[in-house]
Amino acid sequence: MNIYLLAIDWWFIIEKLVLIALIVTLCLIIAMYETYGERKVAAFIQDRIGPNRAGPFGILQPLADGGKLFFKEEIIPLTSSKYLFVLGPTLAMITALLTSAVIPWGTSLEIGGRNVALQVADINIGVLYIFAVVSIGVYGIMIGAWSSNNKFSLLSGLRAASQMISYELAMGLALIAILMMSGSLQMSVIVNKQMSGALGGFGGWNIWYQPLGFLVFFTCALAECNRTPFDLPEAESELNFGYHQEYSSMKLGFYLFAEYINMFMSCILMATLFLGGYDIPFVNETTLAAHIGQNWVALLSFLSLLAKAFFLVFVFMWIRWTVPRFRFDQLMHLGWKKLIPLALANMVITAALILWMNS
Amino acid sequence: MNQIQYTNRAKAVDRRPLNFIERLYLWNIFIGMFITIKHFFKKKPTVQYPEQVREVGTAYRGLHILNRDEEGRERCTACGLCAVACPAEAISMEAAERLDDEEHLYREEKYAAKYEINMLRCIFCGLCEDACPKDAIYLSHTFTPTNYHRKGLIYKKEDMLIPNPKTQPEEYAKAKGLIDDKKKK
Amino acid sequence: MNLVHILFWFLSALTLFSALMVILSKNPVHSVLWLILVFFAISGHYVLLNAQFLAIVNLIVYAGAIMVLFLFVIMLLNLNKETEPKKNVWMKLAGTIAGGCFLISVTNVIYNAQTSSAELVNKTTLMGKGSIGLIENLGKTLFTDYVIPFEISSVLFLSAMVGAVIIGKKK
Repeated sequence: MNIYLLAIDWWFIIEKLVLIALIVTLCLIIAMYETYGERKVAAFIQDRIGPNRAGPFGILQPLADGGKLFFKEEIIPLTSSKYLFVLGPTLAMITALLTSAVIPWGTSLEIGGRNVALQVADINIGVLYIFAVVSIGVYGIMIGAWSSNNKFSLLSGLRAASQMISYELAMGLALIAILMMSGSLQMSVIVNKQMSGALGGFGGWNIWYQPLGFLVFFTCALAECNRTPFDLPEAESELNFGYHQEYSSMKLGFYLFAEYINMFMSCILMATLFLGGYDIPFVNETTLAAHIGQNWVALLSFLSLLAKAFFLVFVFMWIRWTVPRFRFDQLMHLGWKKLIPLALANMVITAALILWMNS
Repeated sequence: MNQIQYTNRAKAVDRRPLNFIERLYLWNIFIGMFITIKHFFKKKPTVQYPEQVREVGTAYRGLHILNRDEEGRERCTACGLCAVACPAEAISMEAAERLDDEEHLYREEKYAAKYEINMLRCIFCGLCEDACPKDAIYLSHTFTPTNYHRKGLIYKKEDMLIPNPKTQPEEYAKAKGLIDDKKKK
Repeated sequence: MNLVHILFWFLSALTLFSALMVILSKNPVHSVLWLILVFFAISGHYVLLNAQFLAIVNLIVYAGAIMVLFLFVIMLLNLNKETEPKKNVWMKLAGTIAGGCFLISVTNVIYNAQTSSAELVNKTTLMGKGSIGLIENLGKTLFTDYVIPFEISSVLFLSAMVGAVIIGKKK
């Protein structure tokens, strides 16, 4: 028993640590460039050009923004509870990054005879894990909102909490249909199931079988990320700046960053669950691996996943600059009276079809 | 409901109850998204200002310029008509008598020893230009004066004088061209 | 001492400490946050017992939903020392007795388990060997052996929902 610690597969640990470091860095960089993308998309939709001063086409803009945030004065209000005030943005950031642990990022690599899976943890309840992380994500907002000791912040925190709880239900119900189809909660199984579909995996994407489920899930994902048209928690016209009103410097940056990481992660999740994950459409990955090698296929599949996610991120932004914000009662009405019944109906129909096909 | 129509562009508000597709809301969102994506690919009308300056018409009224004649003498005679005409009361001046050895500097016997325009007050209406009997003040095409202090925005005579044709012929020709364009109008 | 042992002791200490802080902290919002930490630690214990489904559901339902509502209400109530109502002495006494009874029964169970049940003697955890907590096994057990209690509890939830709707409609 004493040599247990030494008996650990150290290569395994190193491999996972490197993977975690890479994924976290990737998420942070992508979140940085999402802010740039958001501004560019907004500008283009509004017939403007957007940030173009920092570097060619303004691609250094996120660095400039980050630098600005770092050098801002750090303000902690006297009337706030200090520990919680710091805990809020920390939690928001951590929960945003936690989701990435169960996402399969690509087909496995082969390094020195070892098969390295591009997934940190392939647990058998991957989907539920994501749900748990998402449901905890609201604490970052609520704690920050309450500890600011500001009425606008508090109101916004309450809005965020009620909105997230309401939309989690419909989201979960929409997911159950997917789970019934793949018969597992494991992310890798869900992806592999889709990859075995027709047309090199393209025909197996869940979106073709679950268009309604995708629609419900997408709407709920918008609400979970507090994106327009569901950005009630930071409705500027009513709540000034929402839950991060009292925050300044990088703590504010953490909140904003967490929001963009959340958006990226939910797009990755949607790509994984509905758009075939890292499946390269119209290509059979195993035959391709025989031709160009496994590592290249891993890279290509990873890029394929990123491409799908970026497309969804673009749609998120596109929606943000098209649709105006809902009123709060409309939000609740949509969540409880429209999306949940829709998701339930979708679930029942899927279950009935599966039973009918199998019998 | 016979309202007077002043233009033919007025549209009656459609207050019929929404039909099924409209109540779904989704279809209209798709229409909206189609509109925004069309704008996404449109050519942008942005002018990249400091590098790219928008063309302005010849009648454009920007910062003032005090004219000289061909020999480089100031035309202004400090009659004060521009100050009287100015609705914003931005112009102030002090007159002085020309000395004998200053004939190469001032065209008239009386000249403006001090001539100030407060650019914070000026509304760039161009009435000073119209009022001037001596062809001495014009509004150029330069715009966006900025400064760190209010004092810096009270322009002195030296800030506004056209370049001397004797010493800086090129700059003078350029500024003169603008004035000539204006005169043609 | 292996990794599981270390984790077990760490989680146990964390659970007990946070549970104590729930009672001891002056601010009700802090109490709720400590309670959330308790749930996290307990979820960690579930994972050690190889009951991942229970662990995650514990997080989703208790930490993710119920505690959010708790926090929600407490934040809105704005409880603090000045507005704290005076509590009856009898109430305090009844609380102490009830809590004491519970403590005695729990200690008794642990004591008995240590002495009488050979199965549980000197066993801190199942150390990742049990399989009852896995989602397939749990589902099968719930829908075969315990189908009646399961259905009865769902009827209970349904009636609670109907009750909530009726209360909500009255106003």
